[in-house]
Amino acid sequence: MAHALVEMRGIVKTYPGVRALDAVDFTLRTSEIHALVGENGAGKSTLIRILTGAERRDRGTISLDGAMIEPRTPLAAQRLGIATVYQEVNLIPDLSVAENILLGYEPRSRLGWIGWGAMRERARKVIADMALSVDVSRPLRSCSIAVRQLIAVARAVDQRAKVLVLDEPTSSLDAGETAQLFALMRRLRARGLGIIFITHFLEQVYEVSDRVTILRGGRCAGTHATGELPRLALVSAMLGKTVERAAPPAAVKSPGVAGPRRECLRAADVFRRRAMQPFRLSLYTGEVLGLAGLLGSGRTELARLLFGLDRRDGGQIRINGRLIRRHSPRRAIRAGMAFTPEDRRTAGLIAHLSVRDNIVLALLAARGWAKRLGKQERQAIAERFVRSLSIATPDLRRPVAQLSGGNQQKVILARWLLMEPTILLLDEPTRGIDIGAKEQIESLIDELRARGMAIIFISGELEEVVRVSGRIMVLRDRAVVGELAGAAVSTADVMRRIARPAAEDGHA
Amino acid sequence: MARFTRHWPLLATAVVLIALYATAAIAYPGFGSWFQFTRFFSDNATLGLAAIGMTFVILSGGIDLSVGAVIALSSMVLAVLMSRLDLSMWSAAPMVLVLGAAFGAFMGGIIQVFRLPPFLVTLAGMFLARGAALLLSDAKRIDMKDIESVRSLSERHIAGFSLAAMVLVAAVVIAAAVLRFTRFGRTVYAIGSDESAARLMGLPVARARVGAYSISGLCAAAGGVVHLIGMQAGDASAAFLLELDAIAAVVIGGTLLAGGRGSVIGTLLGVLILGLITTIPNYQGDLNTWWIKIVIGLLLLAFVLLQRAAQRWTEC
Repeated sequence: MAHALVEMRGIVKTYPGVRALDAVDFTLRTSEIHALVGENGAGKSTLIRILTGAERRDRGTISLDGAMIEPRTPLAAQRLGIATVYQEVNLIPDLSVAENILLGYEPRSRLGWIGWGAMRERARKVIADMALSVDVSRPLRSCSIAVRQLIAVARAVDQRAKVLVLDEPTSSLDAGETAQLFALMRRLRARGLGIIFITHFLEQVYEVSDRVTILRGGRCAGTHATGELPRLALVSAMLGKTVERAAPPAAVKSPGVAGPRRECLRAADVFRRRAMQPFRLSLYTGEVLGLAGLLGSGRTELARLLFGLDRRDGGQIRINGRLIRRHSPRRAIRAGMAFTPEDRRTAGLIAHLSVRDNIVLALLAARGWAKRLGKQERQAIAERFVRSLSIATPDLRRPVAQLSGGNQQKVILARWLLMEPTILLLDEPTRGIDIGAKEQIESLIDELRARGMAIIFISGELEEVVRVSGRIMVLRDRAVVGELAGAAVSTADVMRRIARPAAEDGHA
Repeated sequence: MARFTRHWPLLATAVVLIALYATAAIAYPGFGSWFQFTRFFSDNATLGLAAIGMTFVILSGGIDLSVGAVIALSSMVLAVLMSRLDLSMWSAAPMVLVLGAAFGAFMGGIIQVFRLPPFLVTLAGMFLARGAALLLSDAKRIDMKDIESVRSLSERHIAGFSLAAMVLVAAVVIAAAVLRFTRFGRTVYAIGSDESAARLMGLPVARARVGAYSISGLCAAAGGVVHLIGMQAGDASAAFLLELDAIAAVVIGGTLLAGGRGSVIGTLLGVLILGLITTIPNYQGDLNTWWIKIVIGLLLLAFVLLQRAAQRWTEC
């Protein structure tokens, strides 16, 4: 009978200003695959970092096989039998597969010399034991990410790990590789290991896990036997709302549009291996198209493909009817597209430059160094945008770093709007900003739409997507799984679409 | 196949060396003689020893700019110990080797403990050692011709190989074995390849790093001893900028400057290539030595490009 292998009780972790974990309980049994799910900031990684010794808890207890443990470093945790395989595999690329499995535990002669023959032999046995087939004398560098991950698991198992933590192992694997990993996980489960499996892919939770624990906002939102938990209940628990109570859409969407609607962006069968399944998309002037889905569902990947930030592996993209053959952000910008990425720091705000200079920066770059923009002109442009976007800054010379997150976001928007784009891709424009600023940005989006701009809007908050968008594309597990349109669309509809099993996709 | 691609930077170095040697041997009478062959090892023993130590440091992901200065300091310390304190070679040389190793360990320790860039720490080490060498004696040079043991050592040969050449070959064999067959050697590769992974795998990162710099110091000190025997003098201005030649030899020998990949055998081949090129003017009097620099520059560039290509090829 399976017994409790790891018991974490009342785990509390506070970072300055945030309670990352608030009295979380978590139990891992022997011979089970336990999925750990949750949205951004739910506390998954904090919990795992505490278990694996990468972080210290403020309060609570951890026991392994009934004995209290206190892992202070990842190494100490490993010695106790808790091994972690990260998404970024922590192995040595320049050494051979055999060494990577046995490094630090190599068979040595009495004089301390490494016995290469014995080492390869033992590595081969470990590999064969797990039904893998890899040439152990190859350098790890020549192996795919998937194989590296399997080798990392092999290393952990060879060191008698009792607990195996797999941190988003499948996010860069294709279907075949994922199947191979799952087969290995099941084999290890049969040997009595407890496996914690962190993933964003709902399908995979149901495919491989025995139980699932949902974290939300630093609290445990339930542990269930996976087979007994309906998908909708899982999604509800992750997002923290029930389908019945989901808020009805507020009426931001005013139907008025200037000028006739026409298709300005079309993607046909565009895909990127390991990042996005083939999808179709049409975007019209004067509309907001929302992208909804859980974290890791492919929202950002889709936007990056459209903007040419990632190279597509196939499919066609047309901007304003023109086929784009070799896509790049530069080409996209010239074709009238603008993209604000989810991370403001990488969005190109230059922290110590003033609000004014940050706004006119892109325009200056676009005009080239030969055509200078007079100081008064710059001032006038900046003033116009500060007024129209109601950017709260005492004066235009204020360094942009001193502004609040919402106002920084507006400065980024101002810069793009100055380029007069026809297509605007907004990736999480309201993340981490306060409610007032959020409302202002939402109504600004609607205003731009009414002026005829075509907007793709991405947000992790379902209500917001429903509120802002006229049409919503739903994504799950790196694929577009449905489209919802009309004023009557509710968050509940979107959630049902996200939770629907893959087998039922295509039956509308 | 995997084995072939893994070793092909080394093979490329060997091919270049053999081609150069064959061409020069055909073009210049006497170039292909046994005498000249052994001279390649004797003449480049100091550089070779420094380059072996440098290989450890570069494999670990670092760099050591102090080796030239440590060679000069070692030769001066040895000269002072023998000429002023009347110590024999057999008691003075081990002291110098220990001193070199300790100096390297000191720099490695500072790099490890304070997380400082190796470039800067060993640059400081370079100034320190060079300054100390000059401080030891008012004369920049201490002549050792009158000391019997030095003269007899410098004249000892086996099958044409001088003592210096034999030390070089022995050092290559020992270093290759240490890198391949000891846990320390594998850890040196590991930290140069991915230090944070090495730490998470529980490898002794700090010990390996300090060890690599310590070996570099030891090798440089051995280079100083060999230099003194060869020149029959301690010389505070010896081996000026030799560290750059050593780095060039290591890179031409197929070791990645970023660390993690390479071999001591490759370094020896790199040293021999450099030695070969610089010997050619001895045989062709009208050849301007500046051309030699240009050839070395081009060769270095070619090898760096080749390594990049090899990297692309083996990845994914």
